[in-house]
Amino acid sequence: MTRVATVPEFAPRYRAGDAVRVRRAAPPGHMRTPWYIRGQAGVVERLCGTFGNPEELAYNRSGEPRQPLYRIRFGQAAVWRDYAGPERDTIDVEIYQHWLEPVEPASNPGSPAEKAPR
Amino acid sequence: MSSDGHTHDHPHDDAAAHPAHAAVEEPPPGYYAVMQQAVEALLIDKGILSADEIRRAVEAMDSRTPAQGARVVARAWTDPGFKARLLADGTAACRELGIEMGPTRLVVVENTPETHNLVVCTLCSCYPRMVLGLPPDWYKSRAYRSRAVREPRAVLREFGTEIAEDVAVRVHDSTADMRYLVLPRRPDGTEGLDEAALTGLVTRDCMIGVTVPAPS
Repeated sequence: MTRVATVPEFAPRYRAGDAVRVRRAAPPGHMRTPWYIRGQAGVVERLCGTFGNPEELAYNRSGEPRQPLYRIRFGQAAVWRDYAGPERDTIDVEIYQHWLEPVEPASNPGSPAEKAPR
Repeated sequence: MSSDGHTHDHPHDDAAAHPAHAAVEEPPPGYYAVMQQAVEALLIDKGILSADEIRRAVEAMDSRTPAQGARVVARAWTDPGFKARLLADGTAACRELGIEMGPTRLVVVENTPETHNLVVCTLCSCYPRMVLGLPPDWYKSRAYRSRAVREPRAVLREFGTEIAEDVAVRVHDSTADMRYLVLPRRPDGTEGLDEAALTGLVTRDCMIGVTVPAPS
């Protein structure tokens, strides 16, 4: 059976386990990407589904095409330079696809955040 | 002129303070309270919503309590099949118990001997209201929202919760369309309790993750 697309949406680019980095950007407007996680590298924990883009919905626009939303897991020790806790501590943040870019393993070997505990 | 800045002929007798007068003792409404009232009046005037619909929505919101979440947790503790469905799709599993999540989706995160989960919303105060009711004030405070991500173990300690170094603390920042419920570990010594009795052990704070259930 072919799926009938009723709402325009972007196809998911990432799968669970993929290494990704949050874009380091500061566009104006309503954002749901916390400052503290911008520029950080983590691992896709799961794809949550596709949702209206909140940066558009905030201004009474349609939010379409809908954006895939992921839960990304980051190692706390990599996110906070002075983190007081063991290496195994993590933080999961929901990030929309257009805020993510792939991490090329060869270009950034051994970055602690890429080995965030699963 | 008397020392407190006014002149009159009656004594100030604090022991016989008169009852509260809302009209003079409540502060005037602030900017957002006035805006809320104006928007509400406009919606009613334009026939988009009725006053009774708004009242019913507020009443429904206020009627949700952590007892809903406690039912979910106690069922998961006693029914392995339900627990598996709950962890796979929290929204669908809650529907089995008659709890609808509305436009958001529920992600249930399980505490294990290796992992302790803690929920926060750094951007605002996203909270699984359908299963926990209205959030406590501290959950919405800037202190909790900023510190729960940055120093979760210190925050947990202030709630009286010490997590061992060999247990991972996993913080969940509820930034978008998911809502989070922590499935605590069933306390030792509760093997003889039935589902109804277990429900009484599950508190709101256990399901946010700032504490763990106490044995009965």
